[in-house]
Amino acid sequence: MFLINCPWCGERDEEEFAYGGEAHIVRPKDPDALNDEEWADYLFMRKNTKGNYLERWNHAHGCRRWFNMQRNTATHEFGAVYKIGEKPPK
Amino acid sequence: MSTSRNRLAEGGRIERTKTLAFTFNGRRYTGFEGDTLASALLANGVKALARSFKYHRPRGLYSAGVEEPNAVVQLENGARTRPNLQATEIELYDGLSAKSVNCWPSVEFDIGAINSLAARLLPAGFYYKTFMWPKSFWMTYEKVIRNAAGLGTAPKLPDPDTYDKMHEHADVLVVGGGPSGLAAALAAGRSGARVILADQEGELGGRMLSENETIDGKPAMQWVEDATRELTAMDDVRILTRTTAFGYYDQNYLGLLERRHINVARPLPHSSERLWRVRARQVVLATGAIERPLVFANNDRPGVMLAGALRSYVTRYGVSPGKKTVIFTNNDDAYRSALALDDAGISVAAVVDLRNDPDGPLVDAVRARDISVFDGWAITAVIGKMAVKAVEISELSADSENVSGPAKRIDCDVVGSSGGWNPVVHLHSQSGGKARFDETIQSFVPGPSVQKEQSAGACAGTFSLKDCLKSGHDVGKAAAKLAGFTPSRHKQPVADTVFEAPLQALWIVPSSNLDNRAKGFGAKHFVDIHSDVSVADIELAAREGYHSVEHVKRYTALGMGPDQGKTGNIPGMAVLGQALGQPIAEVGTTTFRPPFTPVTYGALAGRDIGEFSDPARKTAMHHWHEAAGALFEDVGQWKRPWYYPKPGETMQDALNRECLAARNAIGILDASTLGKIDIQGPDAAEFINRIYTNAWIKLGVGKCRYGLMLGEDAMVMDDGVTARLGDNHFHMTTTTGNAARVLGWLEEWLQTEWPELQVYCNSVTEYWSTMTICGPRAGDLMAEFTTDIDLDKEAFPFMSFREGTVGGIPARVFRISFTGELSYEINVPANMGLALWTALMNAGEKYGITPYGTETMHILRAEKGYIIVGQETDGTMTPLDLGMDWIVSKKKDFIGRRSLSRADCVREGRKQLVGLLTTNPAEVLPEGAQLVADLKPAPPMDMIGHVTSSYYSATLGRSIALAVVKDGRNRMGETIHAPMEDKTMDCEIVDPVFFDKEGSRIDG
Ligand SMILES: [Zn+2]
Repeated sequence: MFLINCPWCGERDEEEFAYGGEAHIVRPKDPDALNDEEWADYLFMRKNTKGNYLERWNHAHGCRRWFNMQRNTATHEFGAVYKIGEKPPK
Repeated sequence: MSTSRNRLAEGGRIERTKTLAFTFNGRRYTGFEGDTLASALLANGVKALARSFKYHRPRGLYSAGVEEPNAVVQLENGARTRPNLQATEIELYDGLSAKSVNCWPSVEFDIGAINSLAARLLPAGFYYKTFMWPKSFWMTYEKVIRNAAGLGTAPKLPDPDTYDKMHEHADVLVVGGGPSGLAAALAAGRSGARVILADQEGELGGRMLSENETIDGKPAMQWVEDATRELTAMDDVRILTRTTAFGYYDQNYLGLLERRHINVARPLPHSSERLWRVRARQVVLATGAIERPLVFANNDRPGVMLAGALRSYVTRYGVSPGKKTVIFTNNDDAYRSALALDDAGISVAAVVDLRNDPDGPLVDAVRARDISVFDGWAITAVIGKMAVKAVEISELSADSENVSGPAKRIDCDVVGSSGGWNPVVHLHSQSGGKARFDETIQSFVPGPSVQKEQSAGACAGTFSLKDCLKSGHDVGKAAAKLAGFTPSRHKQPVADTVFEAPLQALWIVPSSNLDNRAKGFGAKHFVDIHSDVSVADIELAAREGYHSVEHVKRYTALGMGPDQGKTGNIPGMAVLGQALGQPIAEVGTTTFRPPFTPVTYGALAGRDIGEFSDPARKTAMHHWHEAAGALFEDVGQWKRPWYYPKPGETMQDALNRECLAARNAIGILDASTLGKIDIQGPDAAEFINRIYTNAWIKLGVGKCRYGLMLGEDAMVMDDGVTARLGDNHFHMTTTTGNAARVLGWLEEWLQTEWPELQVYCNSVTEYWSTMTICGPRAGDLMAEFTTDIDLDKEAFPFMSFREGTVGGIPARVFRISFTGELSYEINVPANMGLALWTALMNAGEKYGITPYGTETMHILRAEKGYIIVGQETDGTMTPLDLGMDWIVSKKKDFIGRRSLSRADCVREGRKQLVGLLTTNPAEVLPEGAQLVADLKPAPPMDMIGHVTSSYYSATLGRSIALAVVKDGRNRMGETIHAPMEDKTMDCEIVDPVFFDKEGSRIDG
């Protein structure tokens, strides 16, 4: 079970959190400007990286805040934890 | 009471004044406090303890520890019975009752032993190959296999014991209380770190319990006592005995199982087991090593044991494993067993050493006692079936591959075999570390740490006591330092240096009767003695193309038993490596998975059982419903009244009565479970406008509107009525089962996509008791209950809301309807719900007020063609599929809108919501029934849809159904069919609104 560092509450057990999939997928400002394929790309396509992955987590049984976190999907090494709207680490 | 026949006159860590009676396979025996079931059985001379898994060969005690593959028993009877326990791990108690598993009808005569004669028919992959075809026979095969394999019986009664879960944090968690673990715990504890020391045994000391060694100039067990006393005196040190660290998870999170009982049959004043969930800053693994056997012909006969186990039984339990022993080894350590046996007066007929000219103090000591050492020799046959009677030994060729001389017979009843020791790398491996093959010890040792863990002592491949103490001390200090503490200057404990020469690997010992082995029966060389996997099985798997150790494991069952191959895995991999011509390092290990030893379901469940397994949510009126005889339906976690049968009524009778009351008089429904979300903020209207498919900006204060919520993929997700309480204040309702999900959905969009919107959402489901009164007389009843709400149809029109008092209670009243009747949904503070409900029931009696449950609610709304999300929808229905395009705005963006025009959403042939009327009005279609247009005498037929809701409608005097059908709206009037097992129902596709299409009843 992960120990996740909520940027608002600090380290808490994984069971308090809900997973939110890949981070930094922005809803298109003008959906009508996208053709079906481009819209489907936003809607369905995710990177599913083996290795470092930027993903969203929600402290569902805590402060209920969403945040971003870097996790290595192969080793479960955690990198930066940062708030929604902040830039991912280089 | 007389001493059992194999009990030594003195010695052992047993309490000889405390005699314990027990039964095994129905026979009575005695042992002493301090015995395990295994040592007590050995003391009583019980040789054959079990039958093997596949061939049902007789098997005896093999080890003295957690690696035991054979002595697997069912402990006790009835509700507290425990299957598949290792006798070596059961501490003896008075009155214990156990029996062998896996032997039928008895250990002595076993019907499955016929398999042994037919061994050629049971090679690797036998089950896969034999029980494949025909499929329908599988059920029969399975029964036979299960009976024959029979690994114990699960208890059939509810578990009477309780189990606890503990959550703990530690600076340093030390796993294992042997020399390394104790030294590590001392070093870490002295630094002031918070330390947990866990050991699977009832007594600390680990391997030292079975040896006679010296630490710091005193007997090792005296040192253990002193260390334990010092640790116990430390404030921040917790010692957990009888506690197995069974799993190592992410970020130094470990699962520990503490057994708090010895006598499992007796009720306890506290929980019987505790599951410790420990998060540690640093972990020290001091899990020791397990001896591996040599693989020789018939190495599974009762009496063949691990050499180290022999001296455990002598030294720790004061038990003689036999009268005349032969030690078979490839290393110096087994000579310690010869010395311990000889010290105890047990005859050692010979030490057979695979190595030529072994040298060193241990070998010299044995030679000095006139014990014959046959070096460069091997045991090439074991004679005796139910028990060892003798061995044949032969000299080996220079390369050890073949027998080079005539066999010599040595009579004996016990063989102690040692092929070296395997570090217990399980937890290191579970932590993500990759074990590395070490040529010197011919086994796997921990690789680089991935998590914050370090291995110490034997589990790191360091076997001598002196080195274990140093390693434990150093690693304990290092762990404390990494956890932020300053190690103390205490000196490390010291033991004598004993030189040991390296071992010599020989993975398959040749047999004196090669002919038999070639034929595949007679003598077998077992590598995994529990799962009955022999050298021949692994070689066969390799020949058949299984080259990955993970595949071979599954094909042969290597390491798949409850012992998880603790003795068999390494020899198995070595044999595979030889068959493939690969070094063991390249064959690699299989993945070690938790648990290290079995964990009870009780411990994993803890207190979260029965009513605590999932909380039941009940409304304020719940007890009223119970008293009224309601039957309940689970909706999410909620208990909702399903219907209220009166004495003598069938379910359909009750539903007819409830439906007719709602249509002709007054019905009352407890709607408290509806999800309610309070939404406030200057941007609330804009936000709701983006979430729902219809327009919300201009909704007036005091008005309600029905809304449909889509996923971004345009599929219907939830629906409900939302009221505008003020300019910046909304009250949203959701379906009962979706409340938490919808709140999460709203928060996600607000936080992640539209943080610029100033909106706040709060779940208020439990703040309100909600009851709906509906029917033509609902207005009359309502008028009796309020003076400050104008009930005039113009002043309080349909789809609006008023705040006032109802029955003197502050209330929010919504004129919304899920039945098509004049309807008031009254919300009062939750704790006033029962009072108002009771008052309404009393006053409504004269109008014929009738409580109705979820089933009648479903019928009434189906009569009106209203959908229920999750019933008419299944995550693949768009609003257009449901015929609800009237609620989809064309003038604004909302979640899911763009997807409505995706090619798949606008294609022809999508399933659409329709009504169905059966040709025979008395027939009620089963929900879920598949529908076909083109009926054939037998499947396959093209399915065009399915029934989503179906009821008998008392209002209409006939059955009605809702369904989703391909191109349904273009098929109006078509007759289609619902073919079922025993008959086919014909039905006509109709409009989904069955009753009061013009909506004339809404104002009463
Ligand atoms: Zn938080």
